[in-house]
Amino acid sequence: MSTDFPWPGERMWITVDRERCCAAGMCALTAPATFSQDDEDGRVIVLQDHPPEDEREAVAEAAEVCPCGVISLRP
Amino acid sequence: MTDATPVAPGLPLERQCPFSPPPGLNELRDHRPVSRMTYPDGHEGWLVTGHAQVREVLANPRFSSRGDLARAPIPMGPMAEGTKRFIPRGALTRMDPPEHTRYRRLLTGEFTVRRMRTLEPMIERIVDHQLDLLADRDQPADLVADFALPVPSLVICALLGVPPADRPLFERHTRTLFTLDTPLEERNTALRSLTTYLGQLVEAKRANPEDDLLSGLVAGGELDDEELATIGVVLLVAGHETTANMLAHGAFALLQHPDQLALLRSDPALLPGAVEELLRYLSVIHVGPIRTALDDIELDGHLIRAGESVTVSVPAANWDPTRFPEPDRLDITRRTTGHLAFGHGIHQCLGQQLARVEMRIGFGSLLSRFPGLRLAVTPDEVPLRSDMGIYGVHRLPVAW
Repeated sequence: MSTDFPWPGERMWITVDRERCCAAGMCALTAPATFSQDDEDGRVIVLQDHPPEDEREAVAEAAEVCPCGVISLRP
Repeated sequence: MTDATPVAPGLPLERQCPFSPPPGLNELRDHRPVSRMTYPDGHEGWLVTGHAQVREVLANPRFSSRGDLARAPIPMGPMAEGTKRFIPRGALTRMDPPEHTRYRRLLTGEFTVRRMRTLEPMIERIVDHQLDLLADRDQPADLVADFALPVPSLVICALLGVPPADRPLFERHTRTLFTLDTPLEERNTALRSLTTYLGQLVEAKRANPEDDLLSGLVAGGELDDEELATIGVVLLVAGHETTANMLAHGAFALLQHPDQLALLRSDPALLPGAVEELLRYLSVIHVGPIRTALDDIELDGHLIRAGESVTVSVPAANWDPTRFPEPDRLDITRRTTGHLAFGHGIHQCLGQQLARVEMRIGFGSLLSRFPGLRLAVTPDEVPLRSDMGIYGVHRLPVAW
């Protein structure tokens, strides 16, 4: 996923593929205001679908480092 | 040089500098990040050293993790020719989906970021106790035996529900498994002993469940005894040997970089970043991961044929200047995003959030408790673990 965010003025949409999530926890570590993990199996939980602008850099970083590439971002 | 020219006779592991990747790997990465490599069994496979290329290999499920397909990139003692390698059920690190997925999902809930934070008080107690013991030692003391090894070992004991009194047993077998020139037969004996030990522990947990991970897995009822014992071995071994080497080698690296050490002491808020930078800079996983192409796969302009082995070098990838400028500089304030110390893809380290907490508390408490910590020998007298599956130092004599 590219790190071209933030796209100023536009909303950021997050989608995740929980089926392919390997629950490494990198998103919850990198952008804790936006991502969490299921207590049962550790898989990603999105806390806010449209993160505010000051969170976007962390969210983009989380998407980039996700080991299974399951986080997609779009404007 | 053509693609047919083998550039390295097996993966180099010997170091000239305790912190740099083995000689030759930096140059190889800068010129040929995807290279042919002759494996010790004669196989003409591949060595991948570039950050982007390593990431691509580890992310692609068509590069298989199956242990029965993998070839060793280093001499591993005499292999019995023609014997079929056998991967026990539950050995999730050497499996592909869907088997791997099933095992991993049973474990990932136990290692979440949130769950690991709840372990902080327990980890602090263990760290403080070891530092008390260290303070009472005669100087110089060995930071490996008195701190770096016992801390993660006691933490994984507490988490899994392994009696700490059995540390000498499982630490000895782990050492045998990770010594690269251990003869195959001895390696198998050590693995069998560990599996038997965990099997007995599983039986004990079934009879008398306690509040620990192993009891939870037993009670869950999803795994049979063979799987439970093997998963127990994987968690126990992986849970202490890797972090132990990061703690010791990390302390060595900080002592050899007084400016970074002073910076870290002056601002504990730098600790999480320092841990990531030490993970990148030291890259203690120096053999593999190893993958096998299941199809013909194009990688960075090279055609990797089905059946060919691909070994990636984490130390070389984490020192890729196209990703980390001035990679040979230890800089605890640098942006380390995307380092590959815990791997990448579906097998990325299950225990990484535990390791982070252990290192944050371990380094933080060590430095604040021993403001005068110093190396008690010259740096070239520190014995390096080039002969071990996990890199680091055998001993770190320190005074304070």
